[in-house]
Amino acid sequence: MMHTADLLKVFAEHRGDSIVISGRGGKHWIGISDTVLDVPLGDPAMGGHSGFGLGLALAQPNKRVILFDSEGDILMSMGQLATIAEQAPVNFYHFILDNEVYATTGGQPVPNAKHVDYAMIAKGAGFPRAFNFDELDAFSKELPGILKAPGPVFVALKVWPEVENTPIGQRVRWRKRGADKVVRDLRGALAVG
Amino acid sequence: MADAGALSPETVMRQMKQNGVTDIVWLPDSETNWLFLLMEADPDLRLVGVTREGHACSIAAGLFAGGRKPMMLIQNTGMMESGDSIRGWLMGLKVPIVLMVGYRGYTRHGVNTDTAATYTERFLMAFGIPFYLVENDADSDRISTAFKEAEQIQGPVVVLVGDEYHGFNR
Repeated sequence: MMHTADLLKVFAEHRGDSIVISGRGGKHWIGISDTVLDVPLGDPAMGGHSGFGLGLALAQPNKRVILFDSEGDILMSMGQLATIAEQAPVNFYHFILDNEVYATTGGQPVPNAKHVDYAMIAKGAGFPRAFNFDELDAFSKELPGILKAPGPVFVALKVWPEVENTPIGQRVRWRKRGADKVVRDLRGALAVG
Repeated sequence: MADAGALSPETVMRQMKQNGVTDIVWLPDSETNWLFLLMEADPDLRLVGVTREGHACSIAAGLFAGGRKPMMLIQNTGMMESGDSIRGWLMGLKVPIVLMVGYRGYTRHGVNTDTAATYTERFLMAFGIPFYLVENDADSDRISTAFKEAEQIQGPVVVLVGDEYHGFNR
């Protein structure tokens, strides 16, 4: 198991000028980077981040698009993997943070939490490359090569759950921009809007 | 060619081109098979097939964020199943987009035996999504109207295709 904050720090060293959809790693990533190429959307509707990442990667083929998704989202939208694999954007890098639980609702386990092989599922859906990591050292060693090779690539990362049990209204709101503002800022940075 | 009282796929393609559509995010339905053949033959149009209609919303949002002009092509059954994705990814992110929605079960006289039709307009009214009904080629200007309105409101606008038995499925 890894800590999300630790693996994001490792990733940050290799980020370059990629667009980063921080997804389920958002509250840690915003402390590392919060530029117009960082896309913290919160949770517009669960299961959709992979589609957003795909669409953005297709629209911007010359930009590397990195997504930090989750296993709960993937379980909700497994069919997206087939769509991503069919479109096969070479600039799309799909990471998932697998904490085995629904952390924001109190830590209830996702179905078959400890026995789902997400990399195998991604490969079965047609991803040319897919990996599982559960140790930071191995992830740190392999990450540069993963990012240098063409996508689409799928990387499942086992992370410690950070369970939230306080009522939603009492939780610290870490996002500084609304999701629609984030999209407008990105479009401005890409000179498309 | 389809009969004069139908909505022809060529007309819909013309509307897409006039309004600068670059990508079609879609899931096949009984109204759109012939349109698919036309779209597939167009090298300037990218087709992104999905396995569930709600997925189309976030893909379209990502395409918009990256500067493309997507359109969604789904059926009313799938639209209703996609409620939270329409809310979160299209309305929440203020994505100006037209959804062409096959109006399964639609009958002009309002008496139908398919609950897909019964709840379609109620669903759209509950979400506050503007919509236009297109039944034949003479109605096709409403598609352009929908594109203009989507830009004005910075959100989704629906075109209901009430032509289940004619031109789209010849």
